[in-house]
Amino acid sequence: MSAIVLDQVNERKRRFLILATAAAGGAAVGATAVPFVASWFPSAKALAAGAPVEVDISKIEAGQQITVEWRGKPVWVLRRTPEMLAQLDKNSALLADPDSKSAKQPAYVKGVGRSIKPEIFVAVGICTHLGCSPTLKKEIGAASDMGGDWPGGYYCPCHNSRFDLAARVFKGAPAPTNLEVPPHRYMNDAVVLVGEDAKGA
Amino acid sequence: MMRLVAAVFGALVASAAVAAGPSVPLDRAPLNLNDKLSLQRGAQIFVNHCLNCHSATLMRYSRLTDLGLREAQIRENLLFTTDKVGDPMRSALTAKDGKAWFGVLPPDLSLTARSRGPDWLYTYMRSFYRDPASKTGWNNTAFPNVSMPHVLWEYQGDAVLKAAGKPGGAGQLVIDRPGRLSPAEYDRYVADLVNYLAFMGEPARTKRVQIGILVIFFLAVFFVIVLFLKKEFWKDVR
Amino acid sequence: MAVLNKPPVTTAGPLNGILTWVDQRFPLMALYKSQVAEYYAPKNLNFWYFFGALSLVVLVIQIVSGIFLTMNYKPSASEAFASVEYIMRDVPGGWLIRYIHSTGASAFFVVVYLHMCRGIMYGSYRKPRELTWIFGVLIYLCLMAEAFFGYLLPWGQMSYWGAQVIINLFATIPIIGEDLSVWIRGDYNVSDATLNRFFALHVIALPLALLGLVVAHLMALHETGSNNPDGVEIHADLDPKTGTPRDGIPFHPYYTVKDLVGLAVFLILFSAVVFFAPEMGGYFLEYNNFVPADPLTTPAHIAPVWYFTPFYAMLRAIPSFFNMQVWGVIVMGAAVVILFALPWLDRGRAKSIRYRGPIYKSFFAAFIVSFLILGYLGVEPTNVWGEFGKAVPIVGGDYVATWVARVLTAVYFAFFFLMPWYTSIDKEKPVPSRVTS
Repeated sequence: MSAIVLDQVNERKRRFLILATAAAGGAAVGATAVPFVASWFPSAKALAAGAPVEVDISKIEAGQQITVEWRGKPVWVLRRTPEMLAQLDKNSALLADPDSKSAKQPAYVKGVGRSIKPEIFVAVGICTHLGCSPTLKKEIGAASDMGGDWPGGYYCPCHNSRFDLAARVFKGAPAPTNLEVPPHRYMNDAVVLVGEDAKGA
Repeated sequence: MMRLVAAVFGALVASAAVAAGPSVPLDRAPLNLNDKLSLQRGAQIFVNHCLNCHSATLMRYSRLTDLGLREAQIRENLLFTTDKVGDPMRSALTAKDGKAWFGVLPPDLSLTARSRGPDWLYTYMRSFYRDPASKTGWNNTAFPNVSMPHVLWEYQGDAVLKAAGKPGGAGQLVIDRPGRLSPAEYDRYVADLVNYLAFMGEPARTKRVQIGILVIFFLAVFFVIVLFLKKEFWKDVR
Repeated sequence: MAVLNKPPVTTAGPLNGILTWVDQRFPLMALYKSQVAEYYAPKNLNFWYFFGALSLVVLVIQIVSGIFLTMNYKPSASEAFASVEYIMRDVPGGWLIRYIHSTGASAFFVVVYLHMCRGIMYGSYRKPRELTWIFGVLIYLCLMAEAFFGYLLPWGQMSYWGAQVIINLFATIPIIGEDLSVWIRGDYNVSDATLNRFFALHVIALPLALLGLVVAHLMALHETGSNNPDGVEIHADLDPKTGTPRDGIPFHPYYTVKDLVGLAVFLILFSAVVFFAPEMGGYFLEYNNFVPADPLTTPAHIAPVWYFTPFYAMLRAIPSFFNMQVWGVIVMGAAVVILFALPWLDRGRAKSIRYRGPIYKSFFAAFIVSFLILGYLGVEPTNVWGEFGKAVPIVGGDYVATWVARVLTAVYFAFFFLMPWYTSIDKEKPVPSRVTS
């Protein structure tokens, strides 16, 4: 009487076919999701805008700092004098993290100077507290306006965080960590490429 | 009934393609978007001869890595101005100068292969002839009174338009001063350029076709599975 | 609480618990049973019955691909064209999302036209399903508007000039026409203002309307039950033991499983276009639309996209009378609006074409053929078939295609206007009481 007569039901075959359909269907849905999820990754335009920046360091004089833009952020390139470098070893008592244990920096950036070559210092000029850009106070001691025992470094005007000439944060500052050192490498003696790790890094 | 519908539809599509055709007979462009070397040569021709006046602002230099080039190679051979690899291909010619020198800004070529088609481009680049009456001294049978001079005349040589035998007929282009390349070599030269323009119009094309083959294959398998599923369940229906 | 005494869900294995919790607070099982597992559909539904489900599939495809396009598209006259190419070139996978959306637009009309053809052929608009049909025609109108608004968004030459031409049609309305066109455009010419508002209508207003109408369409259908190729009412004949229609089968699993096959075939054809021929010879993505909109350069040949061309041919065929060009607009509008009247124009006894008489079948065949040929004529310029010789009476000197379009427009309307007459006098075959095939 009814249009449905259940006398030929092969349960095993039906279960198998349902499983096969579900598997194929799941694979199809997964594969279809790929271009949609992919579309959220940075586009060629974003990659181009965020591309590494070449910095010509040959014209930077000793004790001079320039600022370049990388990924919308200010990046400092400072040519440190031997005097500045010598000062770095003496700062440990003032610093919260003298060995940069919790600082954001690439593995190849060495020692107290936090750089590849000691005289060229590269850092992201954004305070790790709330994002203001600190000012360079490079004069050491009384010559600066920071007091007689100022070792040279950076001062953030927003909430008074202080950093030394390797951008390591002072004890008691609101900023929690040393300033970030971005990935960078030397293309040759005159050019630093900011935003790209050294090969094999 | 369905056959009638299909026949009518087939006729519509076929005749529409013919009826919408151009008035100038076009030569078939020998496209091969899988020939990476041809595309690389075409890119070089484009950068050396076209980019002076025509921009391709929708195309980034970095996309040329699809042609098998490394970024260093692009930087050394194809970037001439202070552009960076991620920048779009912008011509140095400003709109103001373009209008002053040519009367019109040379159009952006990013999508010309899609709007006019590769056959038109292939024919156009091989249809210039000397015309003392025109502003540039050149004219073109595929684009009468075009404002563009024959940029590649050194390669093709000079052609003149010999009048047709009968009135209303099309003239014949005859090269009377040969260029650096023989006609066959010049055809190959233009083919490389048009190949590159076609790539530039749709860089994703090769990938599109590759993925498509996999998709159709997978869907064919899916079709077979669900067909068996349907037949099995419909055994119940009387 | 009496409602917590509902029988628990027992058929979902490990999910029983959570489904029971939901079912006590939401009519989950009631909906599932009434709309899917115990919705009895006729057992003889054929190929023509795939297209309703496929319409729903294409709607989902368009919404999902559309959402992702909106994430990167810029709805301003200065940025729109470049943003589409940005999606095609710079956004990973963007080219695929774009082609899915452009192919989906044409696929929507293919599927919907076949779905409407089924409705006409089998009398699915007849009592008691008139409201399902009315919701359907409303969906068709919204779909045409949605496609029209969407087509402006790429801001190519065809986008711009197509919109210019169609909005100018409103200017032909006497007295208020000019002001109406300015109000629609938000400007004296199609411009950034027009683009921005069309974007809002295309992305949110019409999709919401479409979703609401589709829900209403399905609710109305489920209230009366589905029709079938024989036009037999299966609910008139219930099996006394089960109370279900003798010629009915539950939608799930039989039609879910069958629709999967239809879906597979559709996806193969859809993917073939997306991956191998997205331009479809210039019919799905028009060549001239790869040129940015230029208000100062009118293209030699402006034609609407293929799915509008039958109505465009009718529009062009009607000449101006009494110094007004609005008649063509009225005829074009009437050609769509007449569909609403179909349930009341049809005075036949048989619902399905299978049992209709020869006059109906001839008119129906003529209707379909005229619609298709009008569609072709709408794509081509009016001089596609040349001119009549000057010496020919009445039509001398006019384009052949114009007169053919006039005749075919009359044939199209005759199918509807003469229907009350020929359906009442037609010699029909006896309609069976049980479904065949």
